[in-house]
Amino acid sequence: MSAAIILLRRELGLAWGRGGGPLPALAFYAAITLLLPLAAGSDTDRLAPVSVGLAWMVLALACLLSLDRLFERDFEDGGLDLLMTGPLPLELVCAIKCLAQWLAGGAPLALAAPVAAVLLGADIALTPLILACAVIGALAFAFVGGIGAALALGARRGGLLVAAIVLPLFCPPVIFGGVALYAAELGSGGSAGLLLLGGWTLAAVALSPLAMAAACRNAVA
Amino acid sequence: MIHAVQGRGLAIRRGERRLFSGLDFRLEAGSVLALTGANGSGKTSLLRAIAGLIRPEAGEVRFEGAPDAETARSEELHLLGHADGLKGARTALEELSFQASWLGGGVSRLPEAIDRLALEPLLFLEVRRLSAGQRRRLALARLITAPRSLWLLDEPMAPLDTVRRALLASLMQDHLAAGGLIMAAVHDPLPIPALGLEIGA
Repeated sequence: MSAAIILLRRELGLAWGRGGGPLPALAFYAAITLLLPLAAGSDTDRLAPVSVGLAWMVLALACLLSLDRLFERDFEDGGLDLLMTGPLPLELVCAIKCLAQWLAGGAPLALAAPVAAVLLGADIALTPLILACAVIGALAFAFVGGIGAALALGARRGGLLVAAIVLPLFCPPVIFGGVALYAAELGSGGSAGLLLLGGWTLAAVALSPLAMAAACRNAVA
Repeated sequence: MIHAVQGRGLAIRRGERRLFSGLDFRLEAGSVLALTGANGSGKTSLLRAIAGLIRPEAGEVRFEGAPDAETARSEELHLLGHADGLKGARTALEELSFQASWLGGGVSRLPEAIDRLALEPLLFLEVRRLSAGQRRRLALARLITAPRSLWLLDEPMAPLDTVRRALLASLMQDHLAAGGLIMAAVHDPLPIPALGLEIGA
């Protein structure tokens, strides 16, 4: 079995082992979706116009939730040392950790996004596009978020720091996804925004492991 | 297979403090180097620098017999210290198999490791339930399951009882007999004949 698969399986096992995988993030997602009608009124005419955008934004926030533990635990318990003396380059190790983060957290959240949007009053015809944006976007959030998680290693109150570093980096994918969804709502098709989102995500997947690995090396040294 | 490790003119700085400078050592296959020195003198830092986790301020480490330092570090050395990378929520068996397969040994040598380190009764316990000594035995299993020629051990004896210390000594002797190399940071003398290197003298 190749080292990449071994590591991916372990990371997925750990994600499920520590606090039920995506369940807490899904609960957070559901709670925010329920809070909005409570705060802004349950009138569908008011909720429907923002439903898609809200489902999209809450996805970004829910993806933030588990980021601070992405490298922190390995940093504290010597796991990073073990990973760094293993057969794979640290860049690939970081990419696999983010991929596991996406599979165990981001992808299940992405499945919840269309449900939340429709519950808030979005047109049901939009669900395929919302799902596509959410699945691709969650991948970008996992990889870009990993940069923040690696940079915050060893810092006290790392969770807040991760949010402060990562949220500005979330802006481009949020904008591209938002453009796609808004255009589709207006009936002009969301493919341009979706392509931009896809392109940005590919760049994030390709480049952020370099930044994560550099930040991890720096933290360990 | 590494057949010698050499450090030349090594200097390590941690923050504002220079731990040591101008450190030279050479370790040949089949021998042990015991690193001694006061707390904070830089024994652990030296081991981590050899493993490539810390960049020395000056000097270099050379691995003779390995194609390059990168390969030596990812395929030919074990670094084992207090922070062992074992996960509290996983069972000993899961962690044992991960260590073995990640570090390149596969699972073929698991039975040998379980047998020699008496891990059988621990296999299905969560790692967080293990005592410090049991946990160390579990971590030591990687030395058996993934054969690598250079062992960098940080206080390997510390949490072990008398019987397990003798056991580790026999593991080390077997490794040396097979042409391995060991560097160990220690406070108590090692139970096997070793060369000494005092850090920060």
